[in-house]
Amino acid sequence: MPEPILTIKNLTKKYGENVIFQHLDLTVNEGDTIVIIGPSGTGKSTLLRCINLLTRPDEGQIWLDDMEITAKDCDEDQVRQHIGMVFQNFLLFNHLTALGNVKLGLSKVKKMSDEAATEKAMHELARVGLADRADHYPGQLSGGQQQRVGIARALAMDPRIMLFDEPTSALDPELIGEVLEVMRQLALDGMTMLVVTHEMGFAREVADRIVFMEKGYIVEEGSPDEMFNHPKFPRTREFLWKITELYGKKETDTN
Amino acid sequence: MDFGQFISYIASGTVYTVGVTLIALPSGLLIGTILALLYVYGGKAAARVMNLYSTVFRGIPPLVLLFILFFAVTRGINLSAFWAGSLSLGIVSSAYQMEIVRGALLSVSGDQLMAARAIGMSRLQSIRYVVLPQAVRLAIPPWSNEAAIVIKDSSLVYALGVPEILRRAQLIGASSQRYLLAYLSAAVIYFLLVFGTTRLLAVLEKKLTIPSNP
Repeated sequence: MPEPILTIKNLTKKYGENVIFQHLDLTVNEGDTIVIIGPSGTGKSTLLRCINLLTRPDEGQIWLDDMEITAKDCDEDQVRQHIGMVFQNFLLFNHLTALGNVKLGLSKVKKMSDEAATEKAMHELARVGLADRADHYPGQLSGGQQQRVGIARALAMDPRIMLFDEPTSALDPELIGEVLEVMRQLALDGMTMLVVTHEMGFAREVADRIVFMEKGYIVEEGSPDEMFNHPKFPRTREFLWKITELYGKKETDTN
Repeated sequence: MDFGQFISYIASGTVYTVGVTLIALPSGLLIGTILALLYVYGGKAAARVMNLYSTVFRGIPPLVLLFILFFAVTRGINLSAFWAGSLSLGIVSSAYQMEIVRGALLSVSGDQLMAARAIGMSRLQSIRYVVLPQAVRLAIPPWSNEAAIVIKDSSLVYALGVPEILRRAQLIGASSQRYLLAYLSAAVIYFLLVFGTTRLLAVLEKKLTIPSNP
């Protein structure tokens, strides 16, 4: 029986009168790759930010393993160590090299010695294929390389789960493949991942489950086969068709 | 008195000029940085207080503040003209330096702070290790300007009788009746001090520039 790593119950987020999503339930099991799709403005990114507490939900609970992280007495800094986050626009620390970016959390949060932190950081950089770029600054790296450093930075903390917020949306088409390849490898290694993306090729191939969100609700979720071939709702079919048509050309480039 | 003695009499005031600057500038930087951090990250109430501080001290001529500190505030405290002058200049400068640091902090994108929080760093750690190092680089050019201003404003302590460059030029000008030469000498020394400092800071700025591809 797979163990749930992340359990979301009845989650609601509003900005004033504006409801971003409400009464959302989602469970992510250990080793799963869940892809969330949906039109923009349906609260996918906000959902990810709620999960690592960068934004506070208004109602509902989130559990990471057995710990309720939405509890009042929960130490957010502690929680975030266990949840890796990869951002759409990379958000590398501009004043640090690739190695420095990956090392910072190890040195300052995990309080590792400089030597141990360097070793661990180099291991993570090698994992994303960038060991030879360790001494490069973000401004000296391509977008795809920057995003891979971003992934290495999150991985270095040994998170229980990785959140990806449209990790390839800000990339030139020819750079998307290298990032997706790293993510594909991560999924194969058994990392638990929650990915917001429009890359249907990735979703179809790698996802254990696809979640279709629209207007703050989960319309439907299921295996890639169910979602692509036998969706329950016409709206799901319509959206998947549209997206595949839009992004389909890239698939052939990246695969 | 020959020319060499004339010049060296004025130039020996450099010790005081540099001394005043080395007290005023770092104390202004320390106070200014702390206040800027409170301004940006300390909430609304703190921001209002800092705004008031900045408005007040940028609104008073340094010379007036200097007199206030020396003649009014130090009645009970035994503060020398040198220290009273240095500290008043430091306070005035802290208001300007606060604005410089505040601007630099605000120029570092808020997303950088978010990314730092996302790997589990506390707010304080994120500011210290991610925001501040980037802000420092942004602050150097305007800070270089402020350093030049403080060096030049250090001449104001002449009004309290501190024997710095301008005071000495005035004295020797009067005794020798060669005012033009005296003040020209002072001008050259001030210029060299300001020029050297700004060049040094330009080198520092270049050294700290984060490498990136064109």
